Amino acid sequence: MSETLSDAQLVARCRDGDNDAWRTLVERFSRYVYAIAVQAFRLPEHDAEDVFQEVFARTYEHLARLRDDAAIRPWLAQLTRRVCIDRLRAGRREQPADDAELEESAVDETIERLDEALLVHDALAGVGESCREILDRFFTRDESYRTIGAALDIPAGTIASRISRCLEKLRGELEGRNHPSTPSGER
Amino acid sequence: MTYDDEQIAQLLAALPPAPRGWVEAAQELPLARLRIDEIVARAEADEQFRARVIADLEGALAAEGYEPDPALVEALRARFRSS
Repeated sequence: MSETLSDAQLVARCRDGDNDAWRTLVERFSRYVYAIAVQAFRLPEHDAEDVFQEVFARTYEHLARLRDDAAIRPWLAQLTRRVCIDRLRAGRREQPADDAELEESAVDETIERLDEALLVHDALAGVGESCREILDRFFTRDESYRTIGAALDIPAGTIASRISRCLEKLRGELEGRNHPSTPSGER
Repeated sequence: MTYDDEQIAQLLAALPPAPRGWVEAAQELPLARLRIDEIVARAEADEQFRARVIADLEGALAAEGYEPDPALVEALRARFRSS
């Protein structure tokens, strides 16, 4: 049920103590937070896990102070960035400033790409369960035709054409969508 | 906004799922908070329970039927330290 809610609706329900909405919010942004930690900041898995849990713990605590519920995504990006930076600083305090600056531009670039990736991922919600499953398994989880066919109980020989049709649907879904909103702060 | 198949493929691949255990742990935060509040309130109200908790937190939790997982124990220690 809460899977179909907008970000703003989801945040409002979380704030009202709706546990199902919270579970959906975590599910919706888990890939994004994880990707920022491991791709943008290249944290090892054990550090990334701590960052991941801290980000969601702080999010839960700060829900009441969000200035704009609809801007939860950029708020999460900023929070994840801060928590990752704290983690890196704690690990290597003597890093030269120039290197840090260079890394920051690379981080910005990666987060921009992840913002775009999240838009595409969100659009999967509009292509139907079967297409979403096939596209996610093939492109995101890197599963073979055989594995997908066995998991979804469809002939492996038809996977390629299904992927092609689903991509077309996804392209249609993406057309007309706007760019993500700008960063928010707290109340 | 228009994308070709290759761009879509790259963008889909950029967001692999986070490990399931991490997601589930984050999803259980509200429940964990409730559990923590409940244990802290109990320790504040019940002197004997408080003494057991101070002496052996994991043991006291297990004896009361709480699963003393490391995250819960650490969160409780932090709460007791700050109170």
